[in-house]
Amino acid sequence: MRYYPTVTALAILFLFPLLWSGWASLEEPSNYLKMAQFGEGVDTYATNSVLVSSMTVAGTLIVSALGGYAFARFDFPGKNLLFLATLAILMVPYATILIPLYVLLGYLGLQNSLLGLSLVFVMFQLPFALFMMRNAFEAIPRELEEAALVDGCGTFRAFSRILLHAVRPALVTVGLFAFLASWNDFFAPLILLNDGASFTLPVAVVSMTQGTFGAIDYGMLQAGVMVMALPCLILFVILQRHYVRGFMSGALRG
Amino acid sequence: MIATVFMASLRSASRSLKKLPTSSGARPPGRRAAHTVPSARWRRRQVQGWLYAAPTAVIVGVLFLAPLVLVVWMSLNRWPLLGQAVFNAPDNYAKIPKNPLFFDAVLFTLKYTAITTVLLSAVALGLALLVQERRPGVAFFRTAFFLPGAVGFAAAALLFYGMLNNDFGPIDPLLQTLGITHEPVKWIGTPNMALFSTIALVLWRFAGFNMLILLTGLQSIPVEVYEAARSDGANRWQIFTKITMPLLRPTLALMLILSITGSLLAFDQFFIFTNGGPDNSTVSMVMVVYRDAFFRFDLGGAAALSVVLLVALVGFNTLLMRRLK
Repeated sequence: MRYYPTVTALAILFLFPLLWSGWASLEEPSNYLKMAQFGEGVDTYATNSVLVSSMTVAGTLIVSALGGYAFARFDFPGKNLLFLATLAILMVPYATILIPLYVLLGYLGLQNSLLGLSLVFVMFQLPFALFMMRNAFEAIPRELEEAALVDGCGTFRAFSRILLHAVRPALVTVGLFAFLASWNDFFAPLILLNDGASFTLPVAVVSMTQGTFGAIDYGMLQAGVMVMALPCLILFVILQRHYVRGFMSGALRG
Repeated sequence: MIATVFMASLRSASRSLKKLPTSSGARPPGRRAAHTVPSARWRRRQVQGWLYAAPTAVIVGVLFLAPLVLVVWMSLNRWPLLGQAVFNAPDNYAKIPKNPLFFDAVLFTLKYTAITTVLLSAVALGLALLVQERRPGVAFFRTAFFLPGAVGFAAAALLFYGMLNNDFGPIDPLLQTLGITHEPVKWIGTPNMALFSTIALVLWRFAGFNMLILLTGLQSIPVEVYEAARSDGANRWQIFTKITMPLLRPTLALMLILSITGSLLAFDQFFIFTNGGPDNSTVSMVMVVYRDAFFRFDLGGAAALSVVLLVALVGFNTLLMRRLK
């Protein structure tokens, strides 16, 4: 069978661009030095990206863990309505919601703010995250929670001491998706941030293609690509199993 | 990315809607009904449930429902980027047909969506079939096919921007060495080539992602079904057309919805990679919305366009889901 030659050729095809970009960025080490000094300095943009991603991951985990617990274990008026409203986020085009958000964040004093951007990312992550966390809490045996309640724990202590521990794998999956989405997103920061010093990496590196005096430094550009891509590639390879599980639980439940 | 759960979750939500009457008076029947709970305790649990769900409610209310109302209100006003808004309905909607960019953008986006969806499903299905069986090394190949999907789309677009550059990129020298071409190719220099190159970028970035979706579907087909077919003397082609494809239908439908929705809302690839060019030949619908808002400073017009986009997309998805059910 010609199985292995075929898949190997395809694998080369898929890996080639990544390998080329890495090689092109390293061909001249000065690429990274030039990139470090681009605009406000790559450290500024990287710091912004790290801040936004951390706030997004933390916010998504907190909101979806609390919400997932509520939807799995409690009945309250408006429960189904809130769940459907959250899922409806998936139905609405990105652009449709970002333009009013630009205005709305202005009202809230969060325009051009990394916190505002992170909150928007948390909202976009919520349908997936809430769905994952609700399923994870539903899968925990009720006895575990009831035993804790009988022992005199309040629901919050039962939640934070025992249940949160049991849903750790789901938390990793939700966190990974939240990181990849917020680290990589281009459109939301493009619209919501308007001051160079608050740009995240994707917006900053894309602005390299505008060039200085019409000349684009392609080596520096690939160095920028690598700085954006490497954390994701490394994280993905390490946490691959969690990523695929997120997929399975989503797609298979149909 | 998160939209994977989309159909599944909507369905399970509507299932639970049927199960639990939302009228607040009656206690929902079910698990807890077996042992009697004092109603004070039950009410306390209701309040607790609300408290745990409160952060979700605040985020959804303030950052999703409020902007949804606001975008409709904005579309009814002359709403400059700076300065006072003035009610002017229905001017923003009336001027949509006169927007010359928008009509071309609709046509172009539909064309792009059709080509991308066909190619993407074919490639993703091929890859999924190649790596569905367990054999030595298959995990490596799955990872290799998916890896571009871990890279952000903006980074992927910039990567191709460099890779296909005539002076800097490796593709032109490679093709010339192999004798396939004899002069530099205008990768983004003509409308057709710009579309072609963008589709190559999208295939590279998303084929593995869609492969993963299809793999979950392929692996949910019980092995016994294949064995039964084989013992009945079915050949590979028959097994593929009579068993794999029909049983893969729901997963394929999900993949199609995601691919179509994603393509109709394309922005990054055209904004970063082709910059809408050459001669505005690759301007997508969302790009027009963006240009109206932030280059022409007409937020009201952009809001009207995005309301139209929203209605069209929700209608389209509803239709598609009903047909594919």
